[in-house]
Amino acid sequence: MKMTLNALEDGIRAIISKMPEGECGKRLEALGLYPGKAITKISGMPFRGPVTVLLDQRQIAIGHGVSSRLIVDVANPDGKKA
Amino acid sequence: MALCNGRCSTCNGCLGNKPSSETRPDECTKRILLAGNPNVGKSAFFSRLTGVHAMSSNYPGTTVGFMEGTLRTEGACYRLVDVPGAYTLEPTNEAEEIARRLIEDGGEKVIIVLDATALERNLVLALQVLEKGIPTIVALNMVDEARHRGVLVDSAALQEELGVPVVSTVAVTGQGIRELVARLGEARVSPLSSTPREERWQRIGLIVSRVQRVIHRHHTWRDRIEDLSVHKFWGALVGIAVLSLSYMTVREIGEGLINHLLDPFFEWAVRPGLMKVSDLLGPGSPLHTLLVGTLFDGQIDFEQSFGALSTGLYVEFVMVLPYIVAFYAVLSFLEDSGYLPRLAILFDSLLHRVGIHGYAIIPTLLGLGCNVPGILATRVLESRRERFIAATLISVAVPCAALQAMVVGVLGNIGLRYVLLVYGALFVSWIVLGRLMHKLLPGYSPELIVEIPPYRMPSLHAFAVKLWFRVRGFLIEATPLVLGGILLANVLTTAGIIGFLSRLVAPLFNVVLGLPASAAGAILLGILRKDVAVGMLVPLGLSANQLVVATVTLSMTFPCIATFVVLWKELGARDTAKSLGIMLLTAFSAGGILNAAFFFLP
Repeated sequence: MKMTLNALEDGIRAIISKMPEGECGKRLEALGLYPGKAITKISGMPFRGPVTVLLDQRQIAIGHGVSSRLIVDVANPDGKKA
Repeated sequence: MALCNGRCSTCNGCLGNKPSSETRPDECTKRILLAGNPNVGKSAFFSRLTGVHAMSSNYPGTTVGFMEGTLRTEGACYRLVDVPGAYTLEPTNEAEEIARRLIEDGGEKVIIVLDATALERNLVLALQVLEKGIPTIVALNMVDEARHRGVLVDSAALQEELGVPVVSTVAVTGQGIRELVARLGEARVSPLSSTPREERWQRIGLIVSRVQRVIHRHHTWRDRIEDLSVHKFWGALVGIAVLSLSYMTVREIGEGLINHLLDPFFEWAVRPGLMKVSDLLGPGSPLHTLLVGTLFDGQIDFEQSFGALSTGLYVEFVMVLPYIVAFYAVLSFLEDSGYLPRLAILFDSLLHRVGIHGYAIIPTLLGLGCNVPGILATRVLESRRERFIAATLISVAVPCAALQAMVVGVLGNIGLRYVLLVYGALFVSWIVLGRLMHKLLPGYSPELIVEIPPYRMPSLHAFAVKLWFRVRGFLIEATPLVLGGILLANVLTTAGIIGFLSRLVAPLFNVVLGLPASAAGAILLGILRKDVAVGMLVPLGLSANQLVVATVTLSMTFPCIATFVVLWKELGARDTAKSLGIMLLTAFSAGGILNAAFFFLP
């Protein structure tokens, strides 16, 4: 099931399916995020704060706006932590 | 970014360093570049290899300019360049732009530093650098931490894949450094062909699958704290706890040093000697006024006498220095632990509303120590607009430690509420000014995208060295300005120049701020140092409310000379002028509003 990173629940692992366009996409890619890569969402801060994801044991913080343009694919939406 | 208009090929980077052929007649003209992702330990390497201290911390973006040092090996001598951290040579910020240019300029050799805990991402830059055809050697750093996290990297296999020598290292402890230096001569050009952008991740994936093995391991307590620190609810609690604890520690250390060590020491060691000097010079003589100042009931009052040797020494060494030590002790600990980028996550939402993103919290915190490094650190922000907003907000509404020490020292004696009033006024001005700039300045601000480093236990040695360098930096820079400032203030007062200038601006000060003309002199001299300026306000006999208005105006108006210079360098003439205009306007608005508030709500 495809959704934005924002909408993903905390603690769920998902595969990146589409990157945001433009400069933001480039910056994310520089940090090691690219289509096909698996990430786990750790949290989303309130008041349109950033989303934190786990990428190969390293936390990455992504601003609210960008994370709403990053599309992820959850293989088994009902499953718990992968 | 047109930083150097195509002159780079002839001037080796042209960011302040002169052409090597003219200034370096010795044999050390060959350059070695130390390149790698942010926060992989390049600066720790640099310090180890050259013996020159380079500031290192546990967050991406500690080095935003670049440093050079001399590296001597058996039979050879090189200039080692600490290239600012970059994730890619397709620049996304100023530090990466500088890194790209340094690497384009080339060198004799490159040392690529890789973080073994995040190999995949690190290989992007590595492949890009290898393509440049410069002889290369790779330092596979943090192998101890990687092993601890269950990540095993086979350095021999990596050497095979990249076609250049690979040495396993732990820069903070020095492990592997000797081998790296010994094998520098083996550095060579990689046989790898260049990779098209689309195939980059595939190729890297293949390399990683051949050299890295990940052992499954259970969640450790460190993972749990790392997750907790960025949690919706617990994260905020951790943040509040860390910040309050930091504040209390600074206060405790600062006050402890003042009350139990430095003030008693001054009374015991300095006062008797200074009284002898006073007798010798004779109270009232010009030299006495300059050096010892005014006597009160035949005694020196360290806070009010205002001589270079009485108030000058006292302000710097008793009132300000303890807080500098305390502040940097706490800041250095926070920097090395890896907490600061987590603070960026917590503050992102607030900072977005003033047109900068969460990472600007790091320059802001540095600014609370001294505005100069704070403004320099705004280079971690991506756009010129953000840097302008952040730098202006720091110079207007972020008081440096020296100024804060004086505010607490002077107003704290009258009542805590006056100290809080000053901080409150600064904070409100910060928000209002930030909102206004965000609304009025053209362009938009990029979003937070940042790597959060793992928590690490700060090394005691690195902590001590860093603290020493910062305190030494303060002493070297502040001492001449504080003592000179007080001398100058006395000379200008005696010569009637301060009086003349004060009368010139007196109507403005009287009507808008409700301050006597004499306060104008102090605020004008804030250009030299703001702590001295607060010191000048003390003997004027102002009311508590007037002191609050004067301190707020003084904090926000024209920056001290050091801040001014760095603003000019970072923003250029036009934007500095714009920033100064904003500062003067904000300072007098805030001071005026406070004055009106005191008038109507006594």
